[in-house]
Amino acid sequence: MGVANPPRTASDAKAPKEQEPSPAPRGDRAVTAVSHIVLAIWSIIVILPLVWVFLSSWKTTGEIFKSPLALPQHWSFDNYIGAWTDSHIGRYMLNSVIVVTSALVIVMILGSAAAYSLARYPFPGSGVVYYFILAGLTFPIFLAIVPLFFVLKNVGLLNTLPGLIATYVAFAFPFTVFFLYPFFRALPQEIAEAAELDGAGEWRTFAQVMVPMARPGIVAIAIFNFLGLWNQFLLPIALNTNEDNYVLSQGMARFASQAGYAVDFGQLFAAVVITIVPVLAVYIFSQRQLQGSLSQGTLK
Amino acid sequence: MSRRGFVLITLGLPFVFYAVFVLWPFAQAFIYSLTNWSGFSDTFDFVGISNYEALLNDDTFLQAVRNNLLLAMVVPFVTIALALALATLVTVGGSSTGAVRGLGRSSFYRIVSFFPYTIPAIVIGLIWSQMFDPSSGLVNGLLTGIGLDQFTSFAWLGEVSTAMPVSMFVIIWGFVGFYMVLFIAAIKGIPSELYDAARVDGAGRFRMTMMVTLPMVRDTIQTAYIYLGILALDAFVYMAALNASGGPQNSTLTMTQDLFNTAFKKGQFGLASAMGVVLAVLTLLFAAVVFLVNRLTKGKDR
Repeated sequence: MGVANPPRTASDAKAPKEQEPSPAPRGDRAVTAVSHIVLAIWSIIVILPLVWVFLSSWKTTGEIFKSPLALPQHWSFDNYIGAWTDSHIGRYMLNSVIVVTSALVIVMILGSAAAYSLARYPFPGSGVVYYFILAGLTFPIFLAIVPLFFVLKNVGLLNTLPGLIATYVAFAFPFTVFFLYPFFRALPQEIAEAAELDGAGEWRTFAQVMVPMARPGIVAIAIFNFLGLWNQFLLPIALNTNEDNYVLSQGMARFASQAGYAVDFGQLFAAVVITIVPVLAVYIFSQRQLQGSLSQGTLK
Repeated sequence: MSRRGFVLITLGLPFVFYAVFVLWPFAQAFIYSLTNWSGFSDTFDFVGISNYEALLNDDTFLQAVRNNLLLAMVVPFVTIALALALATLVTVGGSSTGAVRGLGRSSFYRIVSFFPYTIPAIVIGLIWSQMFDPSSGLVNGLLTGIGLDQFTSFAWLGEVSTAMPVSMFVIIWGFVGFYMVLFIAAIKGIPSELYDAARVDGAGRFRMTMMVTLPMVRDTIQTAYIYLGILALDAFVYMAALNASGGPQNSTLTMTQDLFNTAFKKGQFGLASAMGVVLAVLTLLFAAVVFLVNRLTKGKDR
């Protein structure tokens, strides 16, 4: 929007000379200034806590209690080492990476295959399937959590990483299908038919022809799923109570539940930084594509 | 392989898996809500709607329902209003001559505002519970630093009057940036002829926002409203970090917290399932109201 200056209109050309070189009238400049100020204030509200957390992560617990405004006295990695080992953030991070990566790969394969099948080969009853998938999106996970606990218990997957992966996949599945369905719907049938005429089977047509064409949607939903699963809190705290199998969000929640004196606050801040930095770094380096594909995908 | 085989494997298998782990538990929840099951015994009796009757007389649960309704009224509205306002500044804050132009050098704000969306909710809660800490938090540090001594050791999350507003602020902080980015994309998708036409008609920025932007992004607003409403009726993870035990006089207790404790601490699975059903019904009602309001107000414009 507004990439180039519009051509000058006839009335502009006739206008007195004096206005010519002023592209921004004074009212405009005021609006622009106020806009910058308001946006800057919000940016500060966003950044300030993050900067403060970062600075606090280098302080000792004693320094943290002394003054929230003071800078750290020594820049030592003690808090980070402590958080990684004593507070087990390293292990929880590894568990999170295992669970989220596995679940993400599986749900992307299952979800895109299901969305493709549903979009390309309607059959009597596919409307019902679609509505069942929509239903899974509509109800809160909290409604399912108690029975889910016993489903996992009965199949012997309670408090295990595979059990957690299975539930992650199951609960990310409906949104994935729902999101990808319109993308596969919109793809021209002729191309798939042409590929099949050339001798490609169902699987090759799907994997090598149709999936690449639905890429914008697949990238967007993969990002949403990653953030959603990385964020997931209820499923692990209800279904994964074995401390060795804790994921990152549980490790962080532990700081919150161990109220007061038992908490090593220096390690808490270091753990927060360790948790935030990887995802934030990926975001900053890829923000243009990322925001583009998120909004492109969502507004479809 | 036959087409039928392909559909069975690609759609049938995942669907069965999904049915076992999602649909079946949802269905079971409705059944359990009619029983007195404590979970650890193999048997249970059907007790009709007595769990629901118990909830109607349970002051703690009713308080939680009220808290969630308050969250659902405030959080989506404020988040969307703020996100829309910031998105408008970014997209039409530029020059008023010639074509409508976005604010120059504004990508910094867009990038920064999105930061919280990349942070797990539990960590957002942790950060802000430290920020609002009575003695070592930055908020009181800054306030007392500028001479407002009444905030020395003021317990933001420990006072009935401030615990809920502060909790709301934390949730809103986490989502404004995401919706701002979404609205920027939606506003940029509006055909610029509409703005040009409005400008020719002499509309200023404010009128253009009211007459062009808002009507054109209303479906995006509706989607945002529903997502944020569902989130506000949940709010579990934020409250778990800010006030795990429900806050002063249960002023920030949510249905979800009550449900979790009832199920996994007290083992009253039947009662907890009934709470889940109430939550689900309220969630569906919220979505229905948003749809209805959107449809009704749309009719009035025409």
